[in-house]
Amino acid sequence: MTFRKPQHLTLGRLFNHLALLVLVLLWILPTIGLLVSSFRDKDQLAYSGWWTALTTSEQNDWGRTGKAEDQIEKSGNYVISGTILEPGEKTILTFNTNFWNLSAYKSGETMILKDDSHFTLQADGKYEWVSQKPFTHKRGKRIFYVANVPPSFSLDNYREVLSSENVGQSFVNTFTVTIPATIIPIMIAAFAAYAFAWMEFPGRQFLFVCVVGLLVVPLQMSLIPLLTMYNKIGTFFGTEAKSYLGIWLAHTGFGLPLAIYLLRNYMGSLPRDIIESARIDGASHFQIFTRLVLPLSIPALASFCIFQFLWVWNDLLVALVFLGKQDNQIVLTSKLRELLGSRGDNWEILTSSAFISIVVPLLVFFALQRYFVRGLVTGSVK
Amino acid sequence: MLEQLLNALLAVFLGVGACTLYYVGSNFLLDQVFADSGENSVRNSRQRAAIRPWLFLAPALLILSIYLVYPVLETLRLSFYNFGGFEFVGLKNYIWATKNPEFLQAIGNNFMWLIVVPTLSVAFGLAVAVLADKLWWGTIAKSLIFMPMAISFVGASVIWKFVYDYRGPDTDQIGSLNAFVMMFGFEPQAWITLPFWNNFFLMVILVWIQTGFAMVIFSAALRGIPEATLEAARIDGAGEIQLFFKIMIPQIMGTIMVVWTTITIIVLKVFDIVLAMTNGQWNTDVLANLMFDWMFRGGGDSGRGSIVALMILMAVIPIMFWNIRNFRKEEEAR
Repeated sequence: MTFRKPQHLTLGRLFNHLALLVLVLLWILPTIGLLVSSFRDKDQLAYSGWWTALTTSEQNDWGRTGKAEDQIEKSGNYVISGTILEPGEKTILTFNTNFWNLSAYKSGETMILKDDSHFTLQADGKYEWVSQKPFTHKRGKRIFYVANVPPSFSLDNYREVLSSENVGQSFVNTFTVTIPATIIPIMIAAFAAYAFAWMEFPGRQFLFVCVVGLLVVPLQMSLIPLLTMYNKIGTFFGTEAKSYLGIWLAHTGFGLPLAIYLLRNYMGSLPRDIIESARIDGASHFQIFTRLVLPLSIPALASFCIFQFLWVWNDLLVALVFLGKQDNQIVLTSKLRELLGSRGDNWEILTSSAFISIVVPLLVFFALQRYFVRGLVTGSVK
Repeated sequence: MLEQLLNALLAVFLGVGACTLYYVGSNFLLDQVFADSGENSVRNSRQRAAIRPWLFLAPALLILSIYLVYPVLETLRLSFYNFGGFEFVGLKNYIWATKNPEFLQAIGNNFMWLIVVPTLSVAFGLAVAVLADKLWWGTIAKSLIFMPMAISFVGASVIWKFVYDYRGPDTDQIGSLNAFVMMFGFEPQAWITLPFWNNFFLMVILVWIQTGFAMVIFSAALRGIPEATLEAARIDGAGEIQLFFKIMIPQIMGTIMVVWTTITIIVLKVFDIVLAMTNGQWNTDVLANLMFDWMFRGGGDSGRGSIVALMILMAVIPIMFWNIRNFRKEEEAR
């Protein structure tokens, strides 16, 4: 009896461990696949799964021998020699002169061609082609081979997307959108939140209920009227309708309800005594807010900052509507979406661009996870 | 590029500066106009108290009115107007929409999303929260499952498009799902063009993102259940499974509802995933994507676009009232 219970528990525990492990793997493997792939050689990436990245893979390829002018005469025979592999780490397994029977000759073996010449290919790519008659061909002969390719990882894909695909510029554009769109709403929201939490005025309850209602109003409702308005303003002032200023203000507007809601709940939970004793000491609301409440609300401000940062950085819809598609305005998410359309099969470009677009939010997320979680919990468990 | 970043920083500087100037300046002005001295001291202090809240609120209320309140009313108006918004057409757009197969298809798909995504996210979130709380490496596990929350919908779409990648049956697969399927001897599939089921492969992406959210909230709520309650149930002989269904779930039911509705709203607004994965092709369209499409397709039709937006709003309104009711209850309890 005394033995059974712990044993039973261990089985249950084992099940717990396994179940959670399976879930965690399911959740992280897609991202790991992307990350690993983004560092792989683009040819390997296109032909083998990312899970084989660490193993040596087989690759079919071909190379050319030297031309007739490369031949030398050696004890009555004519010889062309050289290497058909570019310097690298491939090793040749089998070869042939045609590509439908690649396994005809193993490396190191000698193949006798139609004209009785002897062709020998070594594993390292060095060949020797010997004939009794002089060679006359003008173009090198094509040799098809199967080679072992060791795993290769590099930053080439990143170099390519950052330079030729303009992803670097988009990275800067995203920052340009994100920084002001994160900081400006906080200030406006903090003042409003304080008013809702600690000031007396008619309609306080009603207005705050409106803010709670606005929390869930879909962004889609705002797009058409705002776009029309922006176009009119643009025409009136003779400026571009799609500008950074426009998107900063739009993000400010869309972020405000949540900011006011979160901050008001936090500020409202500060002890009443502190604020009332400050009132009695003759401090004005403005002084209480700036000297007392604001410093005490830093955790809530931090939570909102992270929310807004992640939301703006990851947003696609607002950027598509309020920013242009030219190089100096297109943000990472739009760029990624464009690449999905135009370079849909070039996984080396997609994986590395995607990773560039998610690396900053991931860093923010892991560094400030505690604030983020706190914000989520106070924002929804109420 | 550097210049652009400097401009952004300048904007932060100017924005913050303008805000500071407004708040400090207006409060200072108020204190000057209704000064604390003189014979009207009492009346002035009452005036100040009446005006100051509005100084605090004005910028927020102004921006909210321009960016959220006005557009909602304007969208409602536009839905009764023609494509350019200048000619009143009555209910024509509405009648057109009810007969439009794309629109009906999108509503049907949205229904499936609304059922599947919140259910699975809540179920997985609960499972992870309960499992992770018992194990020493639970915190790491939670952190990893939470991670997709930080990834954009487009980024997530790239990640999953790679998982779903399809090559012919004779070649090596590079998409993990097809490789997995072939390991068991089945034919590889082009998952995102597979009629009907492709919707579910898109939903997986949102479940993958939202499970972390559900898990974090549930984890906090579960910790809030008094240990005494659980202990009492254990003494009465309840097993772990009974404990889960009979004690934990009822105790956190309120939280489950909150998470459910939050995810429901996110589902209604889902746009990026469908746009990036299929752009609504192969019968995968949803309202948010259709709205974007109608808003711009063929020069754009603000009337039809507005109708789709209103449809989304209508689905959200019950949740809005439920939120407000909950909020009222809490306020009374304070």
